[in-house]
Order: sequence, then structure tokens, then C-alpha cells
Amino acid sequence: MAASAAVRSAVSLTQRFVRVSPDCSICPLYRLNACTGATDGFTAPSRRLRTSIGVCQSGDSSSPEEEERVVNVVYIDRCGQRIPVQARAGENALHLAHKHGVDLEGACEASLACSTCHVYVSSEHYEKLPEPEEREDDMLDMAPMLQENSRLGCQIVLTPELDGMELTLPKVTRNFYVDGHVPKPH
Amino acid sequence: MVFLEALMLIFSSVSVGYKQTHHFQCFTKSQITHCLFISLHHFQARQDAAVDVYERLPVPFGLVRFGVAPDHPEVKNVINTFTQTAQHERCSFHGNVNVGKDVTIDELRQAYHAVVLSYGAEGNRSMGIPGEDLPGVFSAKDFVGWYNGLPSNKELRPDLSCETAVILGQGNVALDVARILLAPVEMLKETDITQNALKALAGSKVRRVLIVGRRGPLQIACTIKELREMVNLPNSRADMLPADFEGIAEALKDLPRPRKRLTELMMKAAKEGGDDKAEKCWGFRFFRSPVEVIAGADGKRATGIRLALNKLEGSGESARAEVTGQMEDVDCGLIISSIGYKSIPIDPAVPFDPRRAIVPNEMGRVQDTAGLYCSGWVKRGPTGVIATTMNDSFDTARVLIQDMEAGKLDLSVNKPGAQAITALLQTRGVRTVLFSQWEKINAEEEKRGKFLGKPREKLLDVDEMLKIAWS
Repeated sequence: MAASAAVRSAVSLTQRFVRVSPDCSICPLYRLNACTGATDGFTAPSRRLRTSIGVCQSGDSSSPEEEERVVNVVYIDRCGQRIPVQARAGENALHLAHKHGVDLEGACEASLACSTCHVYVSSEHYEKLPEPEEREDDMLDMAPMLQENSRLGCQIVLTPELDGMELTLPKVTRNFYVDGHVPKPH
Repeated sequence: MVFLEALMLIFSSVSVGYKQTHHFQCFTKSQITHCLFISLHHFQARQDAAVDVYERLPVPFGLVRFGVAPDHPEVKNVINTFTQTAQHERCSFHGNVNVGKDVTIDELRQAYHAVVLSYGAEGNRSMGIPGEDLPGVFSAKDFVGWYNGLPSNKELRPDLSCETAVILGQGNVALDVARILLAPVEMLKETDITQNALKALAGSKVRRVLIVGRRGPLQIACTIKELREMVNLPNSRADMLPADFEGIAEALKDLPRPRKRLTELMMKAAKEGGDDKAEKCWGFRFFRSPVEVIAGADGKRATGIRLALNKLEGSGESARAEVTGQMEDVDCGLIISSIGYKSIPIDPAVPFDPRRAIVPNEMGRVQDTAGLYCSGWVKRGPTGVIATTMNDSFDTARVLIQDMEAGKLDLSVNKPGAQAITALLQTRGVRTVLFSQWEKINAEEEKRGKFLGKPREKLLDVDEMLKIAWS
């Protein structure tokens, strides 16, 4: 635990170090690094995290050619509204959401310490995502209305093969009382 | 993670042709306040709402500061969001205000179009057993407050010279306490744990922690992240009773995923134990309820606890513990009860349900009281993870916006807001702490922390906080 705590603090130091001012006038939430199109944006820390704890790097590397490739993603917000956005390969789905004003929270700033960026992934694209690491699964377990195709947005890194992916925000608040869901004790 | 109470900031207005500002006020109390930003685009879209936040302590953020364990710094990242919200031009923070004492709810309701109660649960459920008040027995609320620097717990001075500690309750708070008791000091010393607690823990003789629950493994209330941290604790092994796990393996296949993964991990820990050479050990004990704290020969402090053995009736989340009549005594010098928090009434003018310990409400609208809303633990009871409570805040905000749009709040009347309240407080000798003044406290804590190799060294004394804030 000491080792993982050290990794976590190293990651959060990294995040703080590379964080810059918000780059988008509609989103002053600067809790994630501004995406400047380079891979030194937000995605880098989470990759470092995976490497540091010895998890095999998955194939979502970001070579220069891939960075040029556009990945189309559609967010479906909690009202059911479709928000199509264009992303670059290597971008992170949470940061992308913020950049485009999609109402996806990221309370812990992508450090796998909450489940507020919970999304449902369109099934054909869900299969293409790398397996979640144990820590993501642990956080997902706490997300209300967990489904088979649930993932944490902060762990989804865009690649060209995810073009057309739809990410649906759970209608947690709408159904909260209607379906009688009782939250698990903390 | 532990518990988070969300204070919501509501930004909304409907253009009704008036240029005045619609004032909304959220009021919170210490330990349970933090601002959770609802939605930026609400804020953007509606220009004429202002929100004021009232907090009893000079410092904001509530449980994020005082509840989240020191070794969970990433959970505290949400402070950045809160800070941005608090710094918004239409939001102002007013610390050092004790609502219910310095100013009443009725006075606030006169000054604002709407008031939101978001003051959480600062009390704790008591075990209700003889010996509960003996030295050596603490509520988890106080113990956590002690290592997290809550001013009212700074004199706690728990005696850590015993070998065994027993924690009643098996939620994430209980696991946080167990982990802090057994974590290596080398790891703790780089966190924002208070120096007092760090020194006490460095000298601690506690080597064995039992975490006791009334029901069985399938009813345990903690979540997998916290359990995994226990399993991975350096220099520790798990020590559980095989008998407690009878029949559990067979039940696994029918469990929903979160419960299944949690139970599998628990069973693995129970089976494998860990390194026999480990100096420390921890374990769950199931089907046991506390009935008496046993005092030593001199009757002056706790030396053990008597537990009643239970059997389970029913299954799943609704299983009940029934007495069997059998008892078991456990020697221990430190007893921490972690059986739940409890809200308390804030002001006689506010309805309160003492049985459920919440403010009676319908979707966040306080019963029979127009213009008064509630959110978070004081609305629904003290359970839930970040996402739960955050979403609850958003719900209350939506209801408030709906009421504005439906004309249920009289927005045609001009309300004076903070100007009136600050002036009123002044006549009563109460001076508030603004967010920019909290930032001075923040800077001082970070400065002191840097000197010690920690993210911050929290100020423990309210007077010292005020001195720095107003300097």
C-alpha cells in the first residue's frame, strides 16, 4: 500500500505540475490538464500510472500519425441529448467531455478515487476497450446503476478504432427516486 | 473513500425582466460542508442568481477536509472544483458563522429567496451499552476528527498502549480507522495527518485490530477499495474465523458484481491470511453485537468488550441479526464504535424527524416550509459514496430551479442577502471569514506542511485560524 500510495502521490504531483489554465471559455473547470493535442496532456499521467504499477501497456499508444487521426465520439447526456464531438486519438473521454461542455463530473480528477465519471459505452466499442485495471473495477463497483457496458470516462483513451463510439451518461438523478434505488452504505 | 456531504451551490434564474439579483443561500455546518458545483452551464445560462455559503468553522470543505483519510489524497482533489465554485463572482463563502446560534433560519429566510440546509450529520449513533463512556472508548467520528485535525477533537489523546483494538461497525469509516491504526508510520508521515496523531501513532503499541459486525460477510458495508487496502497493508496479515464464512462460497454465484467481487476478496484474505512473520494483524468478526464494555479491576478504563453472538434470519441486504444468548469476551484496550453518523436539529423553526434523524422533506423541499430546502445527509441520512451525495445535490438544485420557474418562490421581491446578514452578525459581535481569508489559512497550513514534508499541517485551533484569516 505504501508503494501504491507513493505512486498515487507521484501521479497527482505530475498532474499538478502539468496542469495549465483552462483552454476553453465554456469550461473554467481546469481540474484536468488542457488538451493541446500533444500527448503531454491529461492522458500521460494515467498511462504512467498503469506502467508504474506494472500493468502491461495496451495498444493505445499515440504515434504522431495517430494523433492526427480524428475520432468521432457521441456523448448522450442525462437528458438524452446527443452531443457529437470530434476528438484526436490519445485524448481522454473525461477531458473531452469537459472541453465540449458535457456534464460529466470528475471529482477526483481522474485518479481512480471516485465513480463520478461513470459512462455506458456503446456495446460494439466496449469490446474494443482494453480491460479495466483492478482499481477501475473497484471504483465502478460503487457507481449507481452499474451495467455490463459501464466504464469510467477518465480511463477511456480514444483510438481510431473507437470512431463512432457513443458514451451515455447514466440518468442517475432521474431514476433515483423513481425506481426506488437505495444507495449502498458507504 | 469515506463519506462526503455535498453542499450544493445553485445557480439559476429565470429572466423575469428584473435586473435584481436573486439570492440563494446554502448553509452548512462544520465537518460536513463542501461545495459541489452543479453544472457550469446552468451558471452560464442564468445570470442573475447569487449563492452564499455559511459555515460554522473558519475553514470550508467539511468532510473532504475532516473525514477523508489522510492517505487518500486523490479523493480530496475535488477541493479544486469546490475552490473554483467558491471563487465565482456570484458565490461567496462566509465562515465562522454558527447558524442557529449567531443567526436564525428565519432571519436567513428573510434575507434570501431560498435557503438550503446542507449541514450533514455531526452526531453519532451511540451503542447504548454500559461502559460506553469509559476511557478507551471512542466514536469513530471523534477518532477520525482527531487524526484529521477537527478542532473540537484536538484534545482527544487516545491511549494507544494496548495490543488489541476493537472496532464496532464494518463500513468504510471502520476500515479507515483500522488502516490508520496499522499503517506504517513512514507512509503516514507524508500525508496531511496531524503531527499530534502521527506522533501518537508512531508510539502506538496496537498490533491487532478486530472489525466487528452484527451480521455476516454478505452484509458487510465497506467497499472493495478499502478492503483491498487492508489486504495490501505492509507487515500485516489477515486473521479471520473460517466458521464465519460457512455457506458463503455457495452463495457467490447469485451475487451482483460489486458484492461478488467484494466477497471473493474477503474469502481470499480469510483463506490465505498472509505472512506469518507479519507483526500486525487485522480481521473481521461477524455475527457479533456489543453488549457491554468491560472495565479493568480499578473500574477506570476499558479492558475488554462483551459481544453477543448472533444468527442471521433472512438473507441479502435485508438479513436480520437475531440473538442466540451466547456471549464472548474480547480483551482490548481501545474500542472504537463506527456504527453510523446522525444529524441533529439546527433550529427550532426547522422540522426535524428524530426517529430517522433527518429533516423531513419531499425531494429536498422541506416539509411545510416554502423556500427551505435540504440536501445530502441531512436530507437522506448519512450513507452513500461521493457520486451518491453529489447526485443528490444536483437533484435538490434541480428542484429549486423548477420551483423558481414554476413561480413557487417569489422572485419579484428584492432580497438583501449577505449584506443584511453580515450587518446583523456584526451587531452580535460575529465577524465572518471570506474565502480569500480562508486562502490565507490555507497558505499558512501549506507552508507549515512543507517544512515537515507534508502537503499541509492543519491548524487545530479556531482562534489561531481567525487570527491568520483576519491578519
